[in-house]
Amino acid sequence: MASDETNNILDEVTTGEYKYGFFTEVETETIPPGLSEETIRIISEKKMEPEWLLEFRLKAYRKWLTMPEPKWAHLQIPPIDFQEIIYYAAPKPKKELTSLDEVDPELLDTFNRLGISLDEQKRLSGVAVDAVFDSVSVKTTFSETLAREGIIFCSFSEAVQNHPELVKQYLGTVVPYADNYFAALNSAVFSDGSFCYIPKGVKCPVELSTYFRINAANTGQFERTLIVADEGAYVSYMEGCTAPMRDENQLHAAIVEIVAMKDAEVKYSTVQNWYPGDKEGKGGIYNFVTKRGLCKGERSRISWTQVETGSAITWKYPSCILMGDHSVGEFYSVAVTNNHQQADTGTKMIHLGKNTRSTIISKGISAGKSNNSYRGLVRVAKNAVNARNFSQCDSLLLGSQCGAHTFPYIRTENNTSIIEHEATTSKISDDQLFYCNQRGIDTESAIGLIVNGYAREVLNHLPMEFAVEAQKLLAISLEGSVG
Amino acid sequence: MDNKIMVPEPERMQALFREAAGSLTLGNNGHFSALRNEAMQTFSRLGYPNRRQEAWKYTDLEAALQVPYRIQLIPSEERADASKIFQCEIHNFETYLFSLLNGSYVWEHSPVSVLPDGTVVGSLRAAALQYPELFAHHYGKYADIRNGALEALNTAFAMDGIFIWVPDGVEVEKPIQMVNIVNLKENVFIQPRNLIIIGKNAKLTLVHCDDSVQHQKNFTNAVTEFIIGENSELDYYKLQNKDDDATLINNNYFHLSDYSRLTSNTLTYNGGLIRNESKVKIDGSGAEANLYGLYLMDRKQHVDNRVFVDHAKPHSVSNELYKGIIDDDASAAFYGHILVQRDAQQTNAYQNNRNITLTDRARVETNPFLEIYADDVKCSHGATVGQLDQDALFYLKSRGICDRNARMLLMYAFAAEIAGKITIPALRVRTEEMIEKRLKGELSICDQCVLHCKDQPEFRIDMSLV
Repeated sequence: MASDETNNILDEVTTGEYKYGFFTEVETETIPPGLSEETIRIISEKKMEPEWLLEFRLKAYRKWLTMPEPKWAHLQIPPIDFQEIIYYAAPKPKKELTSLDEVDPELLDTFNRLGISLDEQKRLSGVAVDAVFDSVSVKTTFSETLAREGIIFCSFSEAVQNHPELVKQYLGTVVPYADNYFAALNSAVFSDGSFCYIPKGVKCPVELSTYFRINAANTGQFERTLIVADEGAYVSYMEGCTAPMRDENQLHAAIVEIVAMKDAEVKYSTVQNWYPGDKEGKGGIYNFVTKRGLCKGERSRISWTQVETGSAITWKYPSCILMGDHSVGEFYSVAVTNNHQQADTGTKMIHLGKNTRSTIISKGISAGKSNNSYRGLVRVAKNAVNARNFSQCDSLLLGSQCGAHTFPYIRTENNTSIIEHEATTSKISDDQLFYCNQRGIDTESAIGLIVNGYAREVLNHLPMEFAVEAQKLLAISLEGSVG
Repeated sequence: MDNKIMVPEPERMQALFREAAGSLTLGNNGHFSALRNEAMQTFSRLGYPNRRQEAWKYTDLEAALQVPYRIQLIPSEERADASKIFQCEIHNFETYLFSLLNGSYVWEHSPVSVLPDGTVVGSLRAAALQYPELFAHHYGKYADIRNGALEALNTAFAMDGIFIWVPDGVEVEKPIQMVNIVNLKENVFIQPRNLIIIGKNAKLTLVHCDDSVQHQKNFTNAVTEFIIGENSELDYYKLQNKDDDATLINNNYFHLSDYSRLTSNTLTYNGGLIRNESKVKIDGSGAEANLYGLYLMDRKQHVDNRVFVDHAKPHSVSNELYKGIIDDDASAAFYGHILVQRDAQQTNAYQNNRNITLTDRARVETNPFLEIYADDVKCSHGATVGQLDQDALFYLKSRGICDRNARMLLMYAFAAEIAGKITIPALRVRTEEMIEKRLKGELSICDQCVLHCKDQPEFRIDMSLV
């Protein structure tokens, strides 16, 4: 690393707490808090949705009412009052936007402060961004360029209006509305999200990116992402999340569905940096996300990479269903928890097709009084001949008040598969620290250095722009964890 | 109060408990009636475990609980010499032999014997009367009757079992062998309860065998509490060779004090449905627990090994290695859970589970869990499910060893790692033989008929070469 860059990171480490914790004064249109069939009808109406989508929402809502909150995760979840939450909050005025100039300047400023200047990115980095502010998609860049390739990349609501047949065909096929408690809730009240369709044989020329931000108070964010990669298609998709600092907790319950057809490849990267709460554990986002990819066709490939540094509570298991023969699933994760954060995250690899392969690399880092768990399932069904899995889940403990846990589940039903799982838990050794100190690196920086090295295996899988940000995030998240 | 024949449904067990309350006594003045009542309340609340519960996801007791059993409430007073009813097949295996027949302690002269070095072995019932203080101090203190339905059921009805007390400073010279035999011409439901107390600076080698003779359905729900005193050592072997009609639930609670050492070997050769639950509480610093297991299952057998190691004090070490070969339609589950509590700094904990599946119908589930709240620890776990190494197989075959023998040799080598941990020479040799026999399929076949015995090509493994 160049010395300038090191200095920058060190500066940020020493100055920054949660640097995304500002609140933007944008006028928002909200509906009163509370959840009922009426709320769902209002949301649906505001978004001018077709009848079948309303039916889908209502079915999900009715199912949700009958489901108990999940208690199995290694998390202390305070009771959530679902009637206190505002289920729809949109920046006002909501009119058709055709260029960046029409976007509210306050909003643009927000994105600039987030470091994702839409304008900048549009011109320089060639990344197409769909920014979701509170629950509504405000601007999708590069739509025209993508349209030339036949790629559809737009907000979910637009997709419902313009491509209803595609949405209808794939919505809920990977994560059914009755999948789990939070998936049912999302299916009932989701307000927006991103939709992406890559047609046959098209390699998406730019990286697609969505930025999620919760802004208004007491709002929940329930976005839904649907990515379909048709035969032979390729797409790399990035997702980033931030929220302002608030004393009360906010709820985020999202769904991501990915469908990969024959020979298609989808790479999904996340840098999750929701507000984690303050040092006493006050406030922060409750992040309950269902992410699942279906490798439907032969030789399809889905890869999840995530850097989880934010949220008071993270409950998230990006999974792959390896249905097509020779399909590949990958999961790379770095999860950092500090102060009072809790994370229960991991993956599921369900091998159904022949010669399917999966790799799981999970690196957990716990500091402060936090708890960090890896929970994963590797299942090899009877017909998944020659399935292969390798899992490695390491945990690093920084401080004597934190916890690191590993809960792997392995199930096999045939004798041609090979499954390996290994995990270690340890702290940074005094030898390593001494080595750094002795060369003039102070302890805090040394920890940052060692942690970055530890997480490198995962960070290497992130797209360039994200990798830099992720490194900084790691350092910031761990700040103050020494001693 | 007679022993009843009935399906052990929860309601009927509760009724039976109310009916029998007067005659269920251990020790003087019904000392443990409060404990029994509490246990029965837990059982009434929880009922039998079922597959909807996380801990019982892989083991289904439903079929075993539909059968009418003779519920063995009152221990039989039949007198016999333990060595007459049980002939140990292990050559040159010198042990002090004690036995439970259908859940009751077998004795000829006295229900409680004192060995030359002062070690006390006897019937739980009789010992409760003779050593009330030891009992009040330890009995029922370690088994979890608040959350474990089967432990609670055992505690509610416990009437007999084996009691061992090794006083301070005593190193028991010969291994003590306790044999749990089920031999009845009818279906039987038994709940033995054992209490093993090892004082300070003492040492005990204990061989615990589970055997069944008649091919009748039998359900054993055993609970054993082990207390290992300061700087003491327990070397524990559990040998299981039951028939396919047996359901065996073993709940072992180990309580380790400062600088104590536990080595536990669970060797499962045969058995219809076996669940071994070992809960190790490391409640002393400098303690060490080694837990090894080997399971060789075939046909429709099922084994579920669950090991929970709770590191509550600093500077302790635990080491787990469980290996299994699963053939035919058999299934195996492993659940390992290491908990390192906040203050248990400087803990080293290792856990490893390796499985080989031989058919495409064999099923394996493994859950190696780590739950760690201290930072200055070294913990690791690993789990594999796979087949015999094709390269190794090719290597052997290329040297003229036939496929069958090459496979056998590899499987034997895989299993022999656990056998190698056995420190009693006679038992190790016997275990190696058993593994060999078991892998050739002789053990289960001999069990049922003698016709197939000789049609297998003779193959001997020279141990000195492995």
